Formats: sequence, structure tokens, C-alpha cells
Amino acid sequence: MNDIIIKIKGLTKKFNGFAAVNNISFSINSGEIFAFLGPNGAGKTTTIKMLTTLLKPTKGYIRINGFDVLKEPDKVRNSFGIVFQDQSIDEELTAYENMYFHSILYKIPKDERKERIDRMLKLVELLNKKNVFVKNFSGGMKRRLEIARSLLHEPKILFLDEPTLGLDPQTRHHIWEYIKKLNKEHKTTIFLTTHYIEEAEKIADRVGIIDKGKIIVIGNIEEIKEKTKSKTLEEAFIKLTGHEIREEEATPLDMMRMRMKIRRH
Amino acid sequence: MMFKINFEVIFGLWLRQVKRYYRSKSRFIAALGQPILFLVALSYGFGPVFQRAGGVNYLQFLVPGIMGMSILTTSLMMGIELIWDKQFGILKETLVAPVSRLEIMIGRTIGGATVGIIQGIIIFLISLIFGFRPIINYLWITPIFAIMTAFLFSAFGTLIATLLQDMQGFQLIMNFVIMPMVFLSGALFPLENLPKSIIAIIRINPLTYCVDGLRQSLTGIYHFGFLINFLILIPVTSILLIIGSRAFSRMQV
Repeated sequence: MNDIIIKIKGLTKKFNGFAAVNNISFSINSGEIFAFLGPNGAGKTTTIKMLTTLLKPTKGYIRINGFDVLKEPDKVRNSFGIVFQDQSIDEELTAYENMYFHSILYKIPKDERKERIDRMLKLVELLNKKNVFVKNFSGGMKRRLEIARSLLHEPKILFLDEPTLGLDPQTRHHIWEYIKKLNKEHKTTIFLTTHYIEEAEKIADRVGIIDKGKIIVIGNIEEIKEKTKSKTLEEAFIKLTGHEIREEEATPLDMMRMRMKIRRH
Repeated sequence: MMFKINFEVIFGLWLRQVKRYYRSKSRFIAALGQPILFLVALSYGFGPVFQRAGGVNYLQFLVPGIMGMSILTTSLMMGIELIWDKQFGILKETLVAPVSRLEIMIGRTIGGATVGIIQGIIIFLISLIFGFRPIINYLWITPIFAIMTAFLFSAFGTLIATLLQDMQGFQLIMNFVIMPMVFLSGALFPLENLPKSIIAIIRINPLTYCVDGLRQSLTGIYHFGFLINFLILIPVTSILLIIGSRAFSRMQV
């Protein structure tokens, strides 16, 4: 059961000389739920982008499901599903069309598509909204659809970048339920980031905390709490990463992202 | 392996773009509004002056220009839409999928070009209502120029999009790329007897040759002629497709 499914070694990403991710190494075991935590700008999203072949590392090496990210990107891509922090579904298409588009990209056999799409939509309770345009969906429904879509090609690993950001408590609860179910029934490895640390504490088997591009602690939750003499993971998190508020320079894309989020609600 | 192209992926990307375009009615109408306005205002406004100056029927002259303009605007915008897709659309979803960047680029370019061509056909049909009468002899060449125009500007739009950071640059493109290209191309006025400096600018504008080709095939009126237009447009379109694909493959999100 303890096979390593993600192996990261000496991973570094520099942007104009600044190391967003600085020489990190760790591994994820097959079938575990791993929460990757850190303040804003700590390097979480950059790491996920490198793990998912969107960014090329400046240095270091990543192996996912036995495949080297740089040498066999397509085999790596077939091994994982991802739910991005920003919306990545097409609003002008229906839920079914979005799913179908995904099944083309992942070369799912034609005769299996319809059945698989229905099964995944059922999992996230969207089957009755199959032919509705995504632009008429609420934020939570879009997220659920994105989760369903990311599972369509039956990936071994699921990356979730802030899957519950901006959702109401009910929807958040539901989403964590699907994730747990998926992990239990399909043994899907889950790699997630979130700012809701109490949620991570509830769901994760192991936690890694990154700050200023470096891993400051990694291990199971009890160990981390013990080490920092904290009652909750959140307390441990604050102790480890300090109280100062992180100021991130807003890029034009962040501004667009803000506007989108406002529009979405 | 590298050159194995999956046609279903390309078809899927193409279908998505075409569907998207025709489902957003406001965009569809906006994209038709401007050329129709040009057609009405200019042909009625300048028509009499043009004829008195010894020209042909101005509507006959203008329609191919407006078709060119319409194809340019639509295809270029479809290409530039990539900026939006980078952050909020499904581009990221396609980039993490096991498909090559070249397939994505081909799918997008054909999608953008298709929409541009359909837009050109609609303008053509509308202009028939206004009284435009094409000559038949070279009508079969019209689609060739329409397709080249659409691919050229679809690729050009993608290239611009890989260079731009955000949508703020969009207005800039409208004012400093689309408008000058349309006005300094011979789309709206004949190129005879123009000052040398203007002619020099018009000659480096690829739309000039698109419009000249469209105009000759539709009405028989031309400045450069089919041969020169082809000799210029074929390499320019190919080069833009190649540069656009390379810029797209190198792009990181």
C-alpha cells in the first residue's frame, strides 16, 4: 500500500532570479490524502503547475506514477486529474458538452463515453442538469462539474487547488464528502491545497507546509501538532509560518481573477 | 510520435469554438453590426462623390473591402481570445490533457478561421440585398482568398495573444492594429494616385493583398492582381502560422 506515487527531488522554480519554489523534496504515497498548505505566495500553485506539466522546473526532478514529468509528459498527464483554482470550464457549453470535450482530449473510447459521463455526473449529483448551460450554474455546481470532469479518465491522482474557495459551508461539506468517497472507493491519491486549515485537518492523512518556497514541515497531523505543542493544525500553521500578513504583488491576471470572482457570485 | 496528429482532438477544439461563437448572440450581432454600418454609411455617403469622380459603382468597390475587414476582425479576435482562455477558459484544461500543443494550436486556428469565413459569407449575402452584383468568372477564387485571410489573421491573433499579458491590451489592439489595418489597406478607397508615404504603408499591410484578391475575384477591379496577391499572401500566412505555433508551444501559464 505504501508505494510512492509522486516523487519530488530538489525541485526549484525561479522567476527572474527569484526562487518561488526552492529546492524541495518529498514524496506522496499511493492512496493517501495529502494536504499542501502555505500562506499566499508560498509556492503552492507553482509547485502544482510543475507537477501537472504546466510549468517547466528550473531544476530538479518529478516522477508521477512512475513517469518522468519532462520525459513522458503525456503518460504523466494521463495519470492525473486536476481541478484548478480558477474556473476552467466553458460557460457557453452544457455540462454534458464540457464532459464530452474532456473525453475527446483524453481519448476515452467512444462507446464508453456516454456511460462514464453519466456515472461521474451522478457522483456529484449533477446528472439531472446534464443539458443545462454551465453559465446558468452556481459557483458550487461549477466546482462539482469540474471535479466530475477531472475524474472522467479515471486518474490515479487527483490534484485539487483550493477546491472549496468561495463556496458556502454546505457545498464545501459535500465536496469533501465526494473526495473522501473517491479516495476510499477508488483508492485515488488526493493532493490538495486549501486555506481552510480546519478542513485539511479533518480530511488529510498527511500534511506538508510550504513557506517562502521551502518545505518547513511534512508529516502526519498528530506529529506536527505534537512537535509544535499546538491543539489544532491551524495553531501549528501560524506558529510555523508566523503572524505577518503576506503581501502579494497583484499582477494584471490577479486583477482579472478578482473581477471574475465577483462576477461569479 | 511528434507528428502524429489526432483529428478528433482537432475537430473537438474546432467544434467548441464554433459553437461558442454562435451561442453568444451579442457577440454575433456586434460582429455583424460594424461592417453593416460601414456598408450603409459609406456606400450611401460616398457613393455619389465616387461616381462623379469617374469611379465605378462605389458599392461594387466597397463590398469586398468590407468582407475583408469583417474576416480580419473576427479571426483576429478569435485568436486574441486566447488571453482570456489562458486564465479563465478551458485552455489550462487542454494544456494538462495528453494532447500536443500543435494539435491545440491547429484546432484553435481552424476554429477561429472558420468563424471568420462564415462571417465573411454572411456579409456577402447581406450585400446582395443592398444591390451588390458579383461577376461570375472568378467567383471560385473568392473562397481561396477568404480562407487565406481568415488563417492569416487567426494565426496573427494567436501570436498577439501570446505576447500580451492581459485584456487591458485589447483596446490597444482595436485602435492600433485593427483600425489602421482596415483604413490603410485599400478596403475603402482605390490605391491609384495616393501619396508615396501612404502607399508605402499600405504595401506592408497584408490585408491590402487580401482585399485586392477578394475584389478582383468578385468584381474584376484590381490593383496588384491575383499573381502578386498569392505570391505575397502564401508566404506571409505560412510564416505567421509557424511563428504563432512556436510562440504558442513555448507559452507557459
